[in-house]
Amino acid sequence: MTHLHQLPPVAAVLIAIFVVLGSSLALLGSLGLVRLKSFYQRLHAPTLAYSYGTLLIILGSMAMFSLIEERPVVHEIIIGVFMMITTPITLLMLGRASLRRDRDAKLGHDERVPPRTRATDAAKPPAPDQAAPR
Amino acid sequence: MTRMIPHPLLSALLVLMWLLLTRFSMGNLVLGSIIALAAGWSVEHLHPSRPRIRRWRAIPQLMAIVIWDILKSNISVARVLLLGPDHPAYHSGFVELDLQLREQNGLAVLAIILTATPGTAWLEYDAEQSHLTLHVLDLRSEADWQALIRDRYEALLMEIFE
Repeated sequence: MTHLHQLPPVAAVLIAIFVVLGSSLALLGSLGLVRLKSFYQRLHAPTLAYSYGTLLIILGSMAMFSLIEERPVVHEIIIGVFMMITTPITLLMLGRASLRRDRDAKLGHDERVPPRTRATDAAKPPAPDQAAPR
Repeated sequence: MTRMIPHPLLSALLVLMWLLLTRFSMGNLVLGSIIALAAGWSVEHLHPSRPRIRRWRAIPQLMAIVIWDILKSNISVARVLLLGPDHPAYHSGFVELDLQLREQNGLAVLAIILTATPGTAWLEYDAEQSHLTLHVLDLRSEADWQALIRDRYEALLMEIFE
């Protein structure tokens, strides 16, 4: 906060708008996580923070530190890249785990889940995904 | 060349990242290069399918489409969240698609795109039948989603990777 007076007012206002918009998206995503009904719906809420929430905060941070240090500061891009390539792994694992739970064990059904395979494989027992025919 | 540096692009990007994260100096350049080479060798042992990019020109086009679509779906999902889960104007559901794209790297990019887009979640992909299960928060019609993904993303990804 001590450096804010070094910024030109226009830039400060723009950066503030970026950061406030980005963190509002993150807040909305977290609220959605609480308010939505089923597990699959809840998967969608955090992506608000993950997509434009992150993007806006990163842009604000890059603009602010580039102006203060008077050189282009771009290493925030790496944060964005890591978010982009790692988040799908968690989401996919969570999604598939809950699909498997809902199909096999018939424990707490959140939503009606489509069957794993279509007519051609209907006779086979529901095998784990990796157990492809050798 | 290929024995020493199995993944030149990956290693170059890693050196660049190392230099961005630290202050530029000779020592950091050497250390970053060693790390990048080691990472290249370990990736080589994982035997990923090597991406062959056919049309570089399609990449910026795809990125522009994706950034625009993610912005639009951010707004629509924010609306859904503000209206609350009981609002009758939307309902969520599963969408099942058949994909033509088979190239592994292309599928990985498609998974990143669909996960990064609020409102669509990639749940399951069956490689044998190239059958994809998505969950969509604001579902209108299943046919629309099939067409949307085929025309907007899949066609471009197939141009790039296949």
